[in-house]
Amino acid sequence: MNPFKLLLLAVGLVALFVAPIGQGNYIIYTLNSWLLFSIAAMGLNLTLGYAGQVSLAQAGFMGIGAYVTALMTLAGIHWIFAAVLAISSCFLVGLMLGYPALRVQHHFLAFVTLAFNTLLFLVLRNEEEMTGGSLGLVGMPRPDIFGLSTGGNLQFYYFTLVCFVCAAGVMWWILRSPWGRAFMALRENPIRAESLGLKVRRQTLLAFAIGSAFGGLAGAIQAPLVQFIEPHSFGLIHSLKLLLMVVVGGSGFFFGPMLGAAVVILLPEVLRFTEGYYLIIYSALVIVLMAYSPGGLIGLGQKLFDKFRPKQQARHDLKQGVQL
Amino acid sequence: MTETILSVHNISKQFGGIHAVSNVSFDVKRGEILGLIGPNGSGKSTLFNCILGQLKPSAGHCEIDGRPTDGVRPADLSLMGVGRTFQQLSVFPKMTVLDNVLLSGQEHEGSMLSRLFGPGDAGLTKKAEQLIEFFRLTPYRDTEAGSLSYGQQKLVDAAMAFMAGPGIVLLDEPAGGVNLTMLTHLKDRLMTYNREHGTTFVVIEHNMEFVMSLCTRIIVLAEGELIAEGTPEEVRSNQTVIDAYLGG
Ligand SMILES: Nc1ncnc2c1ncn2[C@@H]1O[C@H](COP(=O)(O)OP(=O)(O)OP(=O)(O)O)[C@@H](O)[C@H]1O
Ligand SMILES: [Mg+2]
Repeated sequence: MNPFKLLLLAVGLVALFVAPIGQGNYIIYTLNSWLLFSIAAMGLNLTLGYAGQVSLAQAGFMGIGAYVTALMTLAGIHWIFAAVLAISSCFLVGLMLGYPALRVQHHFLAFVTLAFNTLLFLVLRNEEEMTGGSLGLVGMPRPDIFGLSTGGNLQFYYFTLVCFVCAAGVMWWILRSPWGRAFMALRENPIRAESLGLKVRRQTLLAFAIGSAFGGLAGAIQAPLVQFIEPHSFGLIHSLKLLLMVVVGGSGFFFGPMLGAAVVILLPEVLRFTEGYYLIIYSALVIVLMAYSPGGLIGLGQKLFDKFRPKQQARHDLKQGVQL
Repeated sequence: MTETILSVHNISKQFGGIHAVSNVSFDVKRGEILGLIGPNGSGKSTLFNCILGQLKPSAGHCEIDGRPTDGVRPADLSLMGVGRTFQQLSVFPKMTVLDNVLLSGQEHEGSMLSRLFGPGDAGLTKKAEQLIEFFRLTPYRDTEAGSLSYGQQKLVDAAMAFMAGPGIVLLDEPAGGVNLTMLTHLKDRLMTYNREHGTTFVVIEHNMEFVMSLCTRIIVLAEGELIAEGTPEEVRSNQTVIDAYLGG
């Protein structure tokens, strides 16, 4: 990483730190949701953006994470243990959801994962004894972490921020390792990758499992943030929303999901003055963006940047090309 | 270390009613450059794919270093030291040339865990750069492979097949669509690698001049059957081969 990028990173972190200071509860809550959805979208970005495996079940994993955390913390178990269990159960379920991906791809896989999300919704709604059915679960406590309370909204924001930074760090670590390269190879050309020694099945399952685990963490934070969860919070529409975040931000770019989550969460607020027209404007913007830049906003930025970059570099390449 | 690195026993492959490969047997000797030629549709690529676990042969089996390869997955074949290229271009287009080559070697290094916690390049950057240099691709080290010319991508493809330091490499039309200068260059690279590393090659190629000057031995397929085998001179003057190519 060059000094410029490090500086940007530092500025970003400081901005995240000061952003909620002096703000009202509503803004703090919105920022908090943004961090939380960024974590889930980051996971989906690994599965979809890097490894190329379509998943319409990310909200389902947030649901698993949230319910596991809620049930455990309501039973008096500390959030940390609950979160570890939430993350690992999502990892395992994600591993299982990966199996269909070994046989089917693209839109078929989209249907399989969609069915899974729907199934999970039904289970959450119908297993009333455990999940509270349509009424959901309420009153999950906000945890004390190493003696620090996260009860206040600002405190909880910083708690989420720490989780977010850790999650982003883990994601960055995975992507910079040979695993990251292997995930991309899976997306670009799995048959070639296999002929080069990559265990395609294992790597595909891992793409699902790790991506789902991030969803689990997001759910584990959502339970004490909202302090009320019910099946509809994790329905298909939310999986689609997460998909939108990844795609709008720029799938396969590290900061894509964060940007996408910001847009998807904040744009409705910004467009609120248009009242009834907001959904129309919103959809139109998304369609235009996708048509012009399949790489999302970050892809668009890169395109513009390339346009204004000095031309020398391209010519140099061309010259080399002619030589050979 | 046996004399024979790859032996193919009675391989057949049918697609519905089509006999793409019929009862083909041959041995590949360690360190040789074997040519595999035949008209379009004679079953060359199918034979490769049967040997390399991409297709399940209808009958017959193969051995690598005396070990049977039935049911061995392509990834494991690669780990056993078998490299290959495909007839179609198959680089990873959105990854840089360096990443393409690194990926080709990384699965052969360490364990799953060391690949997560160890260095990002699996300690292979130097080796990859040497190979990139060897194929004269150094100016494109950080270029996305998909933006290179066809011939350059063929070279990247070949470099990838070499990266794991395999004992044997099967190349499916490495010279297809490659210009004359590049062709000489590629031939030169293959021969040098064969000389310096003792790597065995099996090469499918339609360019006769290329095959005849590169290979020490050639086998000929026609309509799925092995019809001739011998030195380039023997094959060139073989009447059956001439008839097969003229469609006789
Ligand atoms: N997956 C498949 N399904 C059905 N038929 C196939 C399949 N693959 C190959 N064939 C048939 O098998 C025969 C041999 O094909 P193959 O690709 O092996 O030929 P080839 O010798 O590599 O030809 P070329 O020199 O044109 O590459 C052809 O008749 C082809 O139509
Ligand atoms: Mg072929």
